[in-house]
Amino acid sequence: MTESAAPALLRVAGLNKSFGATRALSNVELTLRAGEVHALLGENGAGKSTLLKILAGTQSADGGSIELAGRPYAPRAPQQAQALGVAFVSQEPALCPDLSVAENILLGALPARFGWIDRAEQNRRAGAALARVLPKGAPLPEFAQRAGDLGHGDRQLVCLARALAQAECRILILDEPTSTLNSNEAERLFDVVRELTKNGIAVLYVSHFLEEVERIAHRYTVLRDGKFVHSGAIAGTARSELVKLMAGRDVQELFPRSERSPGEVVLDLQELAGPRMPITASLSLRRGEVLGIAGLLGAGRTELLRAIFGLDRVKSGTLRVKGIIGPGSPARRLAQGVDLLSEDRKGQGLAEALSLGDNITLSTLESLGPFGLVSPKKRAAIAQSYLERLGVRARGPEQQARDLSGGNQQKICFARLLQHGADVLLLDEPTRGVDVGSRADLYRIIDELASRGNAVLMISSYLPELLGVCDRIAVMVRGKLGPARSASELSEHALLLEATG
Amino acid sequence: MTQIRRLFRTPWLGPLLALFALYALFTVLAPDTFARQSNLQTMLRQTAVVGIAAVGMTFTIVLGGIDLSVGSAVALTTVVVAECLRAGMGPIAAAALGVLTGGMLGLCNGALVTGLKISPFIVTLGTMSMLRGLAKGIADEQKIDADPRGLDGLMQSHASSFLFPPGVWLMLIATLFGVGLLTYTKVGRQIVAVGSNAETARLCGISIPKTTLFVYALSGLLVGLAGVLEFSTLTVGDPTDSVGLELEVIAAVVIGGGSLSGGQGSASGTLVGALLLTVIKAGCTHLGLPNWVQEIFTGFIIVIAMSIDRLRQRAR
Repeated sequence: MTESAAPALLRVAGLNKSFGATRALSNVELTLRAGEVHALLGENGAGKSTLLKILAGTQSADGGSIELAGRPYAPRAPQQAQALGVAFVSQEPALCPDLSVAENILLGALPARFGWIDRAEQNRRAGAALARVLPKGAPLPEFAQRAGDLGHGDRQLVCLARALAQAECRILILDEPTSTLNSNEAERLFDVVRELTKNGIAVLYVSHFLEEVERIAHRYTVLRDGKFVHSGAIAGTARSELVKLMAGRDVQELFPRSERSPGEVVLDLQELAGPRMPITASLSLRRGEVLGIAGLLGAGRTELLRAIFGLDRVKSGTLRVKGIIGPGSPARRLAQGVDLLSEDRKGQGLAEALSLGDNITLSTLESLGPFGLVSPKKRAAIAQSYLERLGVRARGPEQQARDLSGGNQQKICFARLLQHGADVLLLDEPTRGVDVGSRADLYRIIDELASRGNAVLMISSYLPELLGVCDRIAVMVRGKLGPARSASELSEHALLLEATG
Repeated sequence: MTQIRRLFRTPWLGPLLALFALYALFTVLAPDTFARQSNLQTMLRQTAVVGIAAVGMTFTIVLGGIDLSVGSAVALTTVVVAECLRAGMGPIAAAALGVLTGGMLGLCNGALVTGLKISPFIVTLGTMSMLRGLAKGIADEQKIDADPRGLDGLMQSHASSFLFPPGVWLMLIATLFGVGLLTYTKVGRQIVAVGSNAETARLCGISIPKTTLFVYALSGLLVGLAGVLEFSTLTVGDPTDSVGLELEVIAAVVIGGGSLSGGQGSASGTLVGALLLTVIKAGCTHLGLPNWVQEIFTGFIIVIAMSIDRLRQRAR
């Protein structure tokens, strides 16, 4: 797949960047060739974001050189980077939801005559930009439509169209472009990316999904702890090799598994059905085991956990928690020792503006002092013990949750579950947006919980993880949950086949 | 079909229907007084000050800001106009200075918001008090009598005025101006962009400080104009006038579909909101209902309007 003859379009050498005492980048190098998709790999905190920000012009480097097509490149603002042909599409589609599709695409340069918007010209230019990012023959979204009403996939297309519309785009930076897309939308994105590279655009592609990288990228560069580790062709590089480069340790260590002895059934579902999803789900979860649920996005897995936790109504079927049938509400489930780790960490899991200590003890404040008083000392002590036990990289219990990386934030969510004393844990995509190193920590935590006699029901879209962590796995297809089978009898291939069947 | 759907999405459709419904209701309940054509005139006249200030507030709220100093600024403007007239200035010059005063005050608000990076709520909470004090200081805590000739006609119907007093026409023109600016001009769309998602707007090269200054200054000019009309109504400069006016102005914007988190709102909706508030007030007065009933009713309408808007957003 490599075209070694292609000239270097962007050359980064000896790049340095520090924030106070922390060295975010040291001596980083990167070479982008015209017409290639180049994967930038590394754990969270490896320096990928910092490098992207420097290239996109939102931050400036402390030292080192960047050359764009042979000329020094040091943009001081995003607009300057764009004018030089470097466009950045962030992970969360950055749109103005109240503006129209066409306006969002041309936001930087709305066509106007004497201050009045030229709608015809605006639609013409937006159409031209959209045509470049849509697969051939696909219908154009309505220009006048409010961008906030678009689905995630279409939003991303609008962002892409904007990136390409603003100037002659030579380098396109995509940061985790598929993290909010379903598989159809992701496929469409891949098509677009391939089409763009045919026209000589270089794409710098950041993703946690190695499968995706293997499919779309030609070459890769791995960063670790702010340093350049390795660069090479994707073809001929094994996935385990990439993981090893990123994590700096062997893949085998990723899934620790201690002795687990399944005990009594604590959660029992018989033909459970929700208002829309799930259609039918039967399972029994025992103490001391990890039961995984595989399936495609939209198969109804999250809805199943929500129904169990009492967030959604149960339409029919029986739900027994520790032998008791009864109406469920989150408060009741919590009292029964059931707790849910939401897939939407920022929205539902964490109070980002609060300290780590507050986040960990939020649901157990009554244990922090008599008469509703909260002892800061006690809170800090409890939080500190979790920070150490779970290996959270943080300054201390007083740090704000929003300052932490995704992996460390997730550990804080786990800490709250543990502090709660829950013994039936419902985990919805526990490692989403978490880097490889922190993932290993989370796997260790899940394993430890199971071996201590807790019951874990876990949803994941990452199959190696399900196979590595779970004792049994069931597949959910269009709202129907299949039978749970021993993980040792299953393979990625078999799960995928069942999920897409 | 899409046309109809778009119409239903118009945030001020509900308030407009409510406006007609209430108008019809009061007409039935008080046919002798409320339904009279002169009352329509009166109600429009009573809406002018709030309506014009609310067009300015629409810009501010769409930008994602707020201005609590409107009432104080209106009072200060009446004082400035009165002082100018007393100093022997002509009515046109005095009115122009009044409008400019409002613009300057708005510009100051905008400068404080952008320069100090303090939330507009806090900044204008501060300037609300400062401007009120300033007005009282200039007026020596008294009403200022001045010869209002030339300006008093702004709010009166007379033979030469076409259908409505000039003040009402100014309100309608201001509304049209607001609709045009927010819908059809580059700067208007940039205001919506900043209110909708400031970070994205910034990354796309829109200057947030410039846009903010522009909006607060423009909004200030409209507040100044509202102040001139208020002077025309009062025919004196009154530093204690218009306390709490800003809340009525904000209510008009919000009833008309403005969102306090920015990005949403329209001048036409705002006009509907302002008229709705006047109809409630006037209707209650004509029915002989005491003031407190009227206040409860007004508050009720605001809450209802908000909850309907909430439902509409969720249906999307």
